[in-house]
Amino acid sequence: MFSGEQISSLLEELGVTHVITVPDSTIGRWESSIERSPRVRLIRVCREGEAWQVAAGLHLGGATPVVMIQCTGLFESGDALRNALHDWKLPIFSIIGYRSFLDQAKLPGDTCLVFTEPVLDAWRIEYRLITSPGQLADIGTHFRECRAGERPGAALIAE
Amino acid sequence: MTMNVAHDPPGAAMPLVRALEVLRANRRDDEIVIPTMGSAREWMKFGDLHPLDFVLVPSAMGHGTSIGLGMALARPERRVIACMGDGSLLMNLGSLASIVAARVPNLVVIVFDNGVYEVTGQQPTAGAAAGRMGTRPADFAAIARACGFDSVFECSDAAEWGANARRMIDAPGPTFIALTVEAVAGGTAPHSPGPAPTRARAFMAALGS
Repeated sequence: MFSGEQISSLLEELGVTHVITVPDSTIGRWESSIERSPRVRLIRVCREGEAWQVAAGLHLGGATPVVMIQCTGLFESGDALRNALHDWKLPIFSIIGYRSFLDQAKLPGDTCLVFTEPVLDAWRIEYRLITSPGQLADIGTHFRECRAGERPGAALIAE
Repeated sequence: MTMNVAHDPPGAAMPLVRALEVLRANRRDDEIVIPTMGSAREWMKFGDLHPLDFVLVPSAMGHGTSIGLGMALARPERRVIACMGDGSLLMNLGSLASIVAARVPNLVVIVFDNGVYEVTGQQPTAGAAAGRMGTRPADFAAIARACGFDSVFECSDAAEWGANARRMIDAPGPTFIALTVEAVAGGTAPHSPGPAPTRARAFMAALGS
């Protein structure tokens, strides 16, 4: 839907300093462009729960991190995000790949479609569903609104 | 560079409180310390907290290393010391690889290895000999070495830890220090020293974030 260059430029424009990520086949394609950015540092972690807590440490240290993971990793990382976003009230923004939203042929009956949005609602993460290339600017708008309101948020990228 | 200070006799261990007293005595004023679980409980008994103590209570399971990694990345001019229990570290072993991948020379991970989940009633961990039918315990220093930590130390003697702590902390990082400690009888989960969001703001102010 978006090129790595588009995402990298957007992150730079938003003042993001670090992207903490575990890739999937969509967001993973953005990695090399982000790595080439002189202003955004890509941080690879082994599992998604780590990403929220690395982001928490970065935020506490004065940086502007974004967590970039797939929805399956969102399911994995509940305790970590609960602690960072709700115990410590840290306004971490995330970009989350929404598996099977656009392509339901590859994994027929994929339960990511059943659980992703209810899980985001359960964790009280205000998200914007991004389903078309024309919505790139919406990611930035939502990021800025969440930052101004000092609350967590997510861009849910249809895959 | 990988260094070993000691190969201690099997079964040797130092009291947790003594191990933490050494850390407290050696901690420099500009260093961030992140106590978790049992180490947090005992650390808070020492008295007033330092403005750069980030007592990770409440926590997410095993994520002291991860939050420490984030702080170390954000504040490369400061050393960050993450204090982990062995049970906590086992929950987030992958973070050791992430730390090495992120190239953070200013991060020190200390594992206080007592072989049990102390705060839930001292059940053996899956890494402890008692938790694996008496076979050899997990070797955390070896794991850190294999992940690529620049400096790795292990110690179970309080006097030796006391004599070498500063040198270990100052070693080229990322640094991993495995301390074998005794479990604290009746050790319970730590209480939060205050509302977490308020403490987060105070910590950020102390850092100038």
